[in-house]
Amino acid sequence: MENVLPGATAPYSALFYAAIPGLPFLGFLLNGLLNRKLSGTLAGLIGSATVLGSFLLSLTLFMGFKYQYTVQLFDWISVGSLQIPFGYQIDQLSLIMLLLITGVGFLIHVYSIGYMGHDENAGKFFSFLNLFVFSMLVLVMGSNFVILFIGWEGVGLCSYLLIGFWNKHTNYNNAAKKAFIINRVGDLGFLLGIFLIYLTFNSVQYGEVFQKAHLGQFGTYSVGICTAITLLLFVGAMGKSAQLPLYTWLPDAMAGPTPVSALIHAATMVTAGIYLVLRANVLFTLAPHTLEVVGIVGLATALFAATIGLAQNDIKKVLAYSTVSQLGYMFLALGVMGYTSSFFHVLTHAFFKALLFLGAGSVIHGMSNEQDMRRMGGLRKSMPITFLTMLIGCLAIAGIPPFAGFFSKDEILSHVYEHSKVMWGIGVFTSFLTAFYMFRLLFLTFFGEFRGTEEQRHHLHESPASMTLPLIVLAILSAVGGFMGAPMFLGGKHYLGDYLAPIFTYSKQILPAAFGAEPDHNTELMLIGISVLVAVVGIVFAYVMYVARAQRPAEEESQRSGLDSLVYHKYYVDELYNTLFVKPTMALSKGLYKFVENGVIDPIANGVGRATLAGGQLLRFVQTGSVETYLLLMVLGIVLILGLNFGRM
Amino acid sequence: MNPTIPEVIRTVPLQYYVFFATALFCIGVTGVLVRRNAIIIFMCVELMLNAVNILLAAFAAYRSDPNGQVFVFFIMAVAAAEVAVGLGIIVMIYRNFQNTDVNLLSRLKW
Repeated sequence: MENVLPGATAPYSALFYAAIPGLPFLGFLLNGLLNRKLSGTLAGLIGSATVLGSFLLSLTLFMGFKYQYTVQLFDWISVGSLQIPFGYQIDQLSLIMLLLITGVGFLIHVYSIGYMGHDENAGKFFSFLNLFVFSMLVLVMGSNFVILFIGWEGVGLCSYLLIGFWNKHTNYNNAAKKAFIINRVGDLGFLLGIFLIYLTFNSVQYGEVFQKAHLGQFGTYSVGICTAITLLLFVGAMGKSAQLPLYTWLPDAMAGPTPVSALIHAATMVTAGIYLVLRANVLFTLAPHTLEVVGIVGLATALFAATIGLAQNDIKKVLAYSTVSQLGYMFLALGVMGYTSSFFHVLTHAFFKALLFLGAGSVIHGMSNEQDMRRMGGLRKSMPITFLTMLIGCLAIAGIPPFAGFFSKDEILSHVYEHSKVMWGIGVFTSFLTAFYMFRLLFLTFFGEFRGTEEQRHHLHESPASMTLPLIVLAILSAVGGFMGAPMFLGGKHYLGDYLAPIFTYSKQILPAAFGAEPDHNTELMLIGISVLVAVVGIVFAYVMYVARAQRPAEEESQRSGLDSLVYHKYYVDELYNTLFVKPTMALSKGLYKFVENGVIDPIANGVGRATLAGGQLLRFVQTGSVETYLLLMVLGIVLILGLNFGRM
Repeated sequence: MNPTIPEVIRTVPLQYYVFFATALFCIGVTGVLVRRNAIIIFMCVELMLNAVNILLAAFAAYRSDPNGQVFVFFIMAVAAAEVAVGLGIIVMIYRNFQNTDVNLLSRLKW
């Protein structure tokens, strides 16, 4: 399929395209306005139905897709030479994202019916979830950077709303604020990037910007401006996709309900940063320095987060750090220009990470809201479906063939190998760590003796069908999803790569070497062998430690060694940020309140009032009440007027 | 040839009428400012109005323009209405104070 000029027309009416995000928005309104009047299940059904509707519409688009086009909905901003129309861009990248968001979103909505159905604010929950799906759809469907930014901000807002959903707990509210504020730091970079894009290309529409970049038309700037633009865009991506140093919000975001963690912080919102880079791949290809930075940041994040994940005891925190680490892999792939492999990993990661989170939610649900793995154990007898699906998820994330994670991770590592052996080595080590801590999670939770209270043992049960069905679907996807990108020499056809190729045509024309043929078969086989070996070694290590020798994580601080303690406390990064940024800002705020608000602004505001009163006090003496005085003043006034008027003559 | 009426009127120079009307007006203003009795003040107001009437009539005659005289009729009608209302108010004042001295009307003060 060739790229078609932006003038191509859309095959369906504008209403069709407006309905794709419009249906979830309608669900948001319905559930939001009728919050307490609907039962939890009904609210859940409405929420799920709207997302299902969007999924079906997206599927129709996908099936009938022939060429790229933009749909213009209306003229949005039209000020002088600044033209920003509101439209949607339908091409391969946005279509797959649409299917992913609505598909996985629908599964998670169904799961939430069982998980949140009995919560008293279930209607609010489903309305926020729908609002999130709406924002995310706007993000991926937008035809210019500004609409992307609208969706970007919208998902940030929904993340805040959903993390702090149980808003009676101050801790959760703090976590929500933290997520939003760290996101905003990234957004500053993103906005500056958009401004710079407009200055350089005099437009923010994807078609025009990428066309001009491809032809080398940078206005009054040279090609170096792309480095600045892409660095700023990457700052935005760092905030949204939780890379070093803007990652600390993601583990804290686990304060929200588990479906939220699954949808937002695993499958969709955090992939927005990757989507941004993929969308603007032309600009990034033109800025090799930024790509270096992206790769290094991604690798560092992957390693760093994996080490923290080794020592966590909360089941959701382990998954959170695992998400940060896997996102690091995706950015690593982008850094070495393995664009397709990065997106492949986005897809497979969405499947197995959503699966793992939903499985964790099922475990938490069965354990009467216990999240500490030290209190779990031996759950595979009482929760078999959850165990089996989570086993598949762990195998997928560890990179064991033929599950999904193997294909995508292996492709990334092979691209990295071509770029730098050192980075590849670190990447392999990180995947060893990944296998280890994921199976540590599995063994601690599902094997061994049950370590919880009697009360919890009594209530242990497998989750209802509304929760296990999505688990099964996601498990199937994690198992077979990898085959959409199987490497050719093993007999598979790289469907995903071929499908996405038109997105990268400009990049390919600029740097054909990066899109060249695969390395020779022997190297590939060696790399695959090493990856699988490393993963299996990780699993064996975990088995030996936690099943054969039945070691358990330390209960108290005193039982931890120095290094163990450092890693458990996440290298004290949060405390560092607190001292460096939070405390000075609070001090500044207090100082300003005391000296500027109370010392300057209040006196001025009150002073104006007092001055008016004093003026009034003085002026009232004019009313003497005596008729003669009034008459005299009247006459004098007339004389004055006449004098002024006729004096000029 | 017999002189026409306007020529007869023009034998009296216009300044005489102007001075006369101005003098009447000033007397009226002085009266309004100086007198204490409400009814006298009213009479002085009428005096001012009449001064203006004379001036208007004089100019109308000198320029053979009837507009001035028509305006005089308007002023007289207005003066009559105003007197009716004003005297009504003065009667009420008298009923309350048994006296028409304007110095007594001083309650609307600070």
